[in-house]
Amino acid sequence: MTTTQNLIPTAAELAAIRADFPLLARTVRQGRPLVYLDTAATSQKPECVIDAEQDFYRRRNAAVHRGAHQLAEEATEAYEGARAAVAAFVGVDTEEIVWTKNATEGINLVAYAMSNASLGRGGAAAERFRVGPGDEIVVTEAEHHANLVPWQELCARTGATLRWLGVTDEGRLDLETLSVITSATKVVAFTHASNVTGAISPVAPIVAAAHAVGAVVVLDACQSAPHLPLDLHALDVDFAVFSGHKMLGPTGIGALYGRRELLAAMPPFLTGGSMVQVVTMEETTYLAPPQRFEAGTQMVAQTVGLHAAVSYLGELGMGALAAHESELAVHLLTGIAGVDGVRVLGPTDPSDRLATVSFVVDGVHPHDVGQVLDDGGIAVRVGHHCAQPLHRRLGAQSSARASAGVYTTLEEIDAFLERLSQVRSFFGLEGTHG
Amino acid sequence: MADAMEQLYQQVILDHAREKHGYGLLDGAAGESFQVNPTCGDEVRLRVHLADGTAAPVIERVSWEGVGCSISQASISVLSDLVCGANVARADELTETFRAMMNHRGVPLTPEQEDLLDDAGAFVGVARYPARIKCALLGWMALRDALVHALTTDPETAGSSSS
Repeated sequence: MTTTQNLIPTAAELAAIRADFPLLARTVRQGRPLVYLDTAATSQKPECVIDAEQDFYRRRNAAVHRGAHQLAEEATEAYEGARAAVAAFVGVDTEEIVWTKNATEGINLVAYAMSNASLGRGGAAAERFRVGPGDEIVVTEAEHHANLVPWQELCARTGATLRWLGVTDEGRLDLETLSVITSATKVVAFTHASNVTGAISPVAPIVAAAHAVGAVVVLDACQSAPHLPLDLHALDVDFAVFSGHKMLGPTGIGALYGRRELLAAMPPFLTGGSMVQVVTMEETTYLAPPQRFEAGTQMVAQTVGLHAAVSYLGELGMGALAAHESELAVHLLTGIAGVDGVRVLGPTDPSDRLATVSFVVDGVHPHDVGQVLDDGGIAVRVGHHCAQPLHRRLGAQSSARASAGVYTTLEEIDAFLERLSQVRSFFGLEGTHG
Repeated sequence: MADAMEQLYQQVILDHAREKHGYGLLDGAAGESFQVNPTCGDEVRLRVHLADGTAAPVIERVSWEGVGCSISQASISVLSDLVCGANVARADELTETFRAMMNHRGVPLTPEQEDLLDDAGAFVGVARYPARIKCALLGWMALRDALVHALTTDPETAGSSSS
């Protein structure tokens, strides 16, 4: 299925997109059609991704970067071909993409490489990655735990101090707090788009402030990669991570982007086979990036699946998908505003945000909200969405979250809103809508 | 709303979720437990208060505070009623029967179990929703843990700290 670049898919085009996703045809809970609004947790997979992974195992499976046989050649080509495709998809050079098992591993890779550098590994070349007492690492209050806990741990191991940008009452990063970035800052790690509020971060001023003091910028692009055209070179970030499973690809595969000269200077995190040059009983020299950071047998079939996913997204056109999801965001936000007793956590202005909307229903716990929605075949996420500090900041213990994807329709949003409007009355509360 | 929801959220559950019997922490507890459901952040702090002057320990009451969904809050409220005046063996039996009900995916209770569990029998529908079993068990896990503390702690010093 292809669409016209940057134009919202027509109803017929959207129907054809949906037909590419076998799972969307199933029913749930007493035969109800599935309304899948949990794409921010994980996306569904188009047939081409499922087929690509299966085809690799059926016809090309072999260990990569070793062996002299034809299968090994073909598997290596598939593996490196996937790297080139993913690199092109996010606007970087092929050698700047390191495979990881997910975004969490990508962030930990950078944090542990910095630990290793701080212990002297990587020598003088790795000096810029060293952190210790007096140095500061800056994150934000809006981070997923995956982009917070690894930095807390790095600080605990090295004696560096963690600081953070604040979040406004509306749920956007507060640029008034940019002054936490100082000459002591060594790393600025922040999300491109919040998995809770859907807010898209103002990347340029944060990158400018970080680079002005020589800090390294790490961008969590998990939520943006599936929904927005992404050009990491243009964003001028130093590192970025994303997960395959959130962008129509398989689980077990993600990527770390690292600026070429930074990857070249960085010591490894995981060590072992496949990432070495010369090994003696005393010591080892390491391969150049990206192999230096890919120890052990890699998730080859999953890279092939991710290749199919980015090709599929590329054919649909990220501009068109972003326009489609923008329309969905407007519909979601307008609709929720019309349901009494529902508060959105995050911006209600649809500009600079994704079609990911977290909310609390007055008097009804998010788990119970999710249960009633589920009974109508509507799948949403409930809980703290791996972002406890952000929930605390926005005055909620947890929330329910509806998140759309390439295959979401306006009718599905309507079905969600209809059911949402019945939740409070089901629990015997006043103020039901309509 | 469909029958399935009415079977899950029986009136007795909705009532207990609202009334929260035993809510409000009291001093003088013999044991306390703090439990969290990490998937949703729900939490409960539950204290066991033992009766004075009994040869074997008897639960006089439990007191608790927490935040959570209607299933977890109602379950703790029902528990508070059930274990009032129970000795340790009966509290264990209630806990085990409740756990067994949760592990049986909605299999109807025997008449004996129904008698024993009383209002807690209303949670039989929860077992059909694996993601909610932890909600229903949160308070029971706290009870078990608080009892262990109560029976192993010097009663002179117990209940004064906040875990």
